[in-house]
Amino acid sequence: MIALGQFLEVLIGGLMSGVLYSLVALGFVLIFKASGVFNFAQGAMVLLAGLALVRSLDLLVANGFSLWAAIILGIGFAAVIMAITAWLIERFVIGPLVNQDALTLFMSTIGVTFILEGAAQMIFGSDAYPLRLFPTDAWFLFENLFPGGILVNKLDVWGGFIAGILVAGLAIFFQRTKTGRALRAVADDHLAAQSVGIPISWIWFVVWLAAGLVALVAATVWGTKLGVQFSITFLALKALPVLIIGGLTSIPGAIVGGLIVGAGEKIAEVFLGAHIGGGIEYWFAYVLALAVLLVRPQGLFGERIIERI
Amino acid sequence: MLYREAGQFKTTYAEDMAIFPIRQDRMALAILLGIAFIGVPLLADFDIWPFGSDYLLRAILLPFLILALAAIGVNILVGYCGQISLGSGAFMAIGAYSAYKLGTGVHIPLAWLGFAISIPPLPVLLSILLGGLAAAVVGILFGIPSLRIKGLYLAVATLAAQFFFDWVFLRVSWFTNYAPSGSVNAPTLDFFGLNVGTPIERYMLCLIFVTVFAVLAKNLVRGNLGRQWMAIRDMDIAAELIGIRPLYAKLTAFAVSSFIIGVAGALWAFVYLGSWEPLAFSIDRSLQLLFMVIIGGLGSIMGSFVGAAFILILPIMLNLIPTQLGVPLSTETITHLEFIIFGSLICYLLIKEPHGFARLISIGKEKLRLWPFPY
Repeated sequence: MIALGQFLEVLIGGLMSGVLYSLVALGFVLIFKASGVFNFAQGAMVLLAGLALVRSLDLLVANGFSLWAAIILGIGFAAVIMAITAWLIERFVIGPLVNQDALTLFMSTIGVTFILEGAAQMIFGSDAYPLRLFPTDAWFLFENLFPGGILVNKLDVWGGFIAGILVAGLAIFFQRTKTGRALRAVADDHLAAQSVGIPISWIWFVVWLAAGLVALVAATVWGTKLGVQFSITFLALKALPVLIIGGLTSIPGAIVGGLIVGAGEKIAEVFLGAHIGGGIEYWFAYVLALAVLLVRPQGLFGERIIERI
Repeated sequence: MLYREAGQFKTTYAEDMAIFPIRQDRMALAILLGIAFIGVPLLADFDIWPFGSDYLLRAILLPFLILALAAIGVNILVGYCGQISLGSGAFMAIGAYSAYKLGTGVHIPLAWLGFAISIPPLPVLLSILLGGLAAAVVGILFGIPSLRIKGLYLAVATLAAQFFFDWVFLRVSWFTNYAPSGSVNAPTLDFFGLNVGTPIERYMLCLIFVTVFAVLAKNLVRGNLGRQWMAIRDMDIAAELIGIRPLYAKLTAFAVSSFIIGVAGALWAFVYLGSWEPLAFSIDRSLQLLFMVIIGGLGSIMGSFVGAAFILILPIMLNLIPTQLGVPLSTETITHLEFIIFGSLICYLLIKEPHGFARLISIGKEKLRLWPFPY
């Protein structure tokens, strides 16, 4: 018999790490919404942002800056790096490929992935760097209710908090600002948006920048959890099933998908993996995604895909 | 003036539909095959540089041939049928492990039914081909979602195959004959009593496989089936309207492609690696195969060879040239440079020449036909 306390603990842990998957998936959704590009490079962008942040932090602290000044300057520096990356990608890769089919664009972002991974590690180093911006110790909740209490990681709570702010901010940006409206227009129809005078390359730059900043946020949280290192790029692969489950164009979908994947894979690992060999969290998310694809190809919150000749 | 087809008249349909209708192409191919089949073994036999040492055969030609074969498989699926796959590494693994199981004897204990299925070890050639067949069956299974979903969604579905089989071969010890380390050794390469052991024998074995499969694939994509695949790739709904069955076309593409990739996987494991672990067929291998196809040329058999050659030679060049120039790079820098160069090349080719090096070669041939008078 499975103890309720244990189940709750696994569930909460899973939901919390699901929030972190959502952070990566959000970057995907932003770009897909605004340009129809399936951005394989999001994981590499998380790596780049994280490396830029952690390396500049180390450098600033070593040169006698106070921790807070270093954090602000470091985040500023990483944001500038992401802005430059966004501009380069728009100018040299996505811009020239306008109006190509989705598959070509997808493959070009695989190319971008490799450039970013190579360049980031060449410039900032390729070791694992620890990042300590958030507390990483654990809380024990409801200790009087369940034996041993429920273990919750403070970092995960921070992650959830940040993700909430981020989603609220993005929602306001999309709904209320002029650029946000232009962005939705571009997403609906490139050509029509262009013909009413929306500067499409500027919009795409903004989108990639936003994705870069989301990557920076994801990098601070994930970097605190795992250290900033190459393996962080595999997050992108974890975010793919999240996207499929939530729907490619839906920001709430990314959040819900992340929660489903996070909770599902932890529960599967603990309660099912024990019987069939363990380690099933590597593929469980994909099986979930496959199941969703077969039943509802557009995902839980996605727009229905209608095709015409 | 050498490359001119004026005066080569075709008087029969058969001549008109030949794979290589131009005499110079046929000669070039004959010379190439001559070098590959006769020249290389002779040079190796007489220890003539650079074939005297095993390095070239073992570290370049052998992986080149096998990866080119796998790239042909990927190209059939991605380049000809337009079904993007990020799970090719998994199909190589299925080919490798199925061949391994069949080559060392299969034993399925069905205790609850009261009997067990036992198959004695099969000959190596048969196990390699059956390994390909197993990959084809799994390929069809994972191709079924392609009927409902396409493009990026399918890429995720094939990724599911990749991660699932990575796990299976790592954790299900039945596949590794309960090897404690998870690493397995290929059975002795025994072909009808002929033992394949030395690098040159291995090279010849792979060369025969690659030649046969390349010819088969080339003919397949030129024929009815290939045209169906290409119609599906170009516009699936329109293809359906003119009477092509998407079910049949897509699943055959998955089957043929996975079969070839599976055979390549079995060869990679048996002939190139000898002993291997699941890491040899990770997602990196899938991406590498996809790059070969993009760089070499989507929808081109020759492109698969060019892409494989390029991907193998670039790291060696990056190692060699700076060392020769007196500025040796560290291994780390080389790896990162490789990443950047591959990435840039992919982006550049997708923008400027979506059909890869193969298209560049055919542009070169077009220009040669007119040379030295461009008009």
